Amino acid sequence: MTFRKYLVLAGITVFSTVGDSLLARGMKELGNVSLHNLSGLLLAVTNPWVTLGILLLLAFFTCYMSALSWADLTYVLPASSLGYVLVALVARFAFHEEISVSRWLGIAMIAAGVGFVAAGPSVTHGHEHDNAAAETVSHGVKS
Amino acid sequence: MKDLYAWAAIGAVILASTAGDVLLSYSMKRVGDVSELWKRRGMLAVLGRVLGTPTFALGVAAMGVAFYSLLFGLSWGNLSLVVPASASLTFVANAVAASIFLHERVGRRRWIAALLVAGGVILMAV
Repeated sequence: MTFRKYLVLAGITVFSTVGDSLLARGMKELGNVSLHNLSGLLLAVTNPWVTLGILLLLAFFTCYMSALSWADLTYVLPASSLGYVLVALVARFAFHEEISVSRWLGIAMIAAGVGFVAAGPSVTHGHEHDNAAAETVSHGVKS
Repeated sequence: MKDLYAWAAIGAVILASTAGDVLLSYSMKRVGDVSELWKRRGMLAVLGRVLGTPTFALGVAAMGVAFYSLLFGLSWGNLSLVVPASASLTFVANAVAASIFLHERVGRRRWIAALLVAGGVILMAV
């Protein structure tokens, strides 16, 4: 793993989080979309917040595709999990949604899960070694 | 009713984005390391190689379904429930799908992580 690759993973976290938050803000402005009014979903893209959100999600997608070209899906996905912590903070401080103690605990567990995966090897498929050996191989190739 | 719509949307996001993630990961593994390809052949070669992979289009289509399901869910539920619930349950579904379809070695480390995330999601939903 090089510094640039960690930057790409950071891009996945930040772009998806900010993008999702902008989308949410736009959708709150539009109000509830009902099953009888599905055209409302198609018109949603004309809302400026939704448009900006989509642009950021495109940036996320570019980083995501780049990461998937050199790392396992099960390695890359948790990188966006750190975004849950960011989302909760945005929901709490920008949208003033209440966050309970149990929800904070959930966030902590998700963050712990991310740490578990991030500490392991980034590529496993094709290797028949145990975890430690795969890690050595991965570090040797990637660094 | 509001909750039912939100959870139905979350279910749709999980199914569609797991299918999308697996297809896209499969495609990008076939393309190979894009930063290497970019250095050697330039941006157009990268774009051509990615867009020329048929499973990539399928993956993007599945992601489109997931995206609109998410928009639908966000209009009914709270941001701090819909986004983490759908995204991290997708993470668990993806761990299963990646080991079956992509032959990734989802070892003890990644299963524990999947369980931690799943537990976290349940806590966030109550």
